[in-house]
Amino acid sequence: MPQTPSQTVGPFFHLALAPDAPGVTPIAGNVLAGPQTRGERITVEGRVLDGAGVPVDDALIELWQANAAGRYAHPDDDRDAVALDPAFSGFGRAATGADGSFRFETVKPGRVPGRGNTLQAPHLNLVVLARGLLSHLFTRLYFADEAEANDEDPVLAAVDPSRRHTLLAARDGTAQPPVYRLDIRLQGPDETVFFDA
Amino acid sequence: MTDRQDYSARDWRSHPPYAFAGYGSTALRAPARPLVPLAHTLSELTGPVYGHAAVAPLDDDLTRNAAKDGEPLGERIIVTGRVLDDRGRPVPETLVEIWQANAAGRYLHARDTHLAPLDPNFTGAGRCVTDADGRYTFTTIRPGAYPWRNHANAWRPPHIHFSLFGPTFVTRLVTQMFFHGDPLLALDPIFNAVPDAAARERLVARFSIDVTRPEWALGYEFDIVLRGPAATPTET
Repeated sequence: MPQTPSQTVGPFFHLALAPDAPGVTPIAGNVLAGPQTRGERITVEGRVLDGAGVPVDDALIELWQANAAGRYAHPDDDRDAVALDPAFSGFGRAATGADGSFRFETVKPGRVPGRGNTLQAPHLNLVVLARGLLSHLFTRLYFADEAEANDEDPVLAAVDPSRRHTLLAARDGTAQPPVYRLDIRLQGPDETVFFDA
Repeated sequence: MTDRQDYSARDWRSHPPYAFAGYGSTALRAPARPLVPLAHTLSELTGPVYGHAAVAPLDDDLTRNAAKDGEPLGERIIVTGRVLDDRGRPVPETLVEIWQANAAGRYLHARDTHLAPLDPNFTGAGRCVTDADGRYTFTTIRPGAYPWRNHANAWRPPHIHFSLFGPTFVTRLVTQMFFHGDPLLALDPIFNAVPDAAARERLVARFSIDVTRPEWALGYEFDIVLRGPAATPTET
């Protein structure tokens, strides 16, 4: 059966996908790590910018990640040797602010298997939705301080070396918890790598 | 580890391209470089799980979920359909989120400046989880058309936004549902960014007298097809 076409999320998605009205409970927000969550707490920050470098103030970033041990909270990740964390669902949503910024409070994910006998570097899986995007975009965030793991990562290896830096978040260890920063550039000379996932 | 199935690719004959000249906002937002192919891993073949516990009883009834002192104005409608994968199998227990303008064509949103009235009894947001057969059902108000500034005298055809997860991260779909016979459809660049006429038809809900409830509400059917497991299993 042919797939239903995608359409833009438009500028008014907050109503359902990022509600902030009292009494409306969002299914997910930008805080993934609660007091009981296991692992290293981190903040992930960035801005979404358009081809002119102008902040995109009406984007929605969705995040899907493994827990600190490297297990996804999903029935098809059935690796019982890696512990689930009952205090971590792995999904978050953040709408960008007036300056195009987004922010997640989460934990650093563990490594998960890649295809064949490979191991992927720790990463966050991201979806970008916005007015002007007729289909959502898939990208990933890797951690710049995981140089060794990044060197072994089969997905990064398939990316043109001159563009890999667009997926690498720099660590600011002076903040507590540490902050990883990565801007998402929809277009332009430093356009972020987007995947046909 | 266990063999897992890759999911079918995004069918770019069905989906709109990122850059579409008629839709002005794509000009600086559409990526200019080709997407980088990504063979599916556990990261793509898992995804957020939201079951029945995620929704409250009134979440699927937009005529009641924000009612303060009465019913929202406008034409009450029922919108129902099945969520299927591209092999025609139902997608059960998946979250469907919707949002829309009110009957006057106004969103309850700070950025909506259209000079049309808000409705104190209507928020325009709802959600539900599909049943074992992949079916979802919403009760709502038929949304109005509204102007936007994409081109001179531009009007969006009445539509309802849909957001779906499906079983994995790559089955994510955000789309819009339109109404059959609307003269604005031919003029709408967002709808017409979908390259194939048959694919555009799949965004249009069908009036159904069977779904219509006597003395209560008109019924529309809108099935949604997500990517599904590819036919051939591959080792991961």
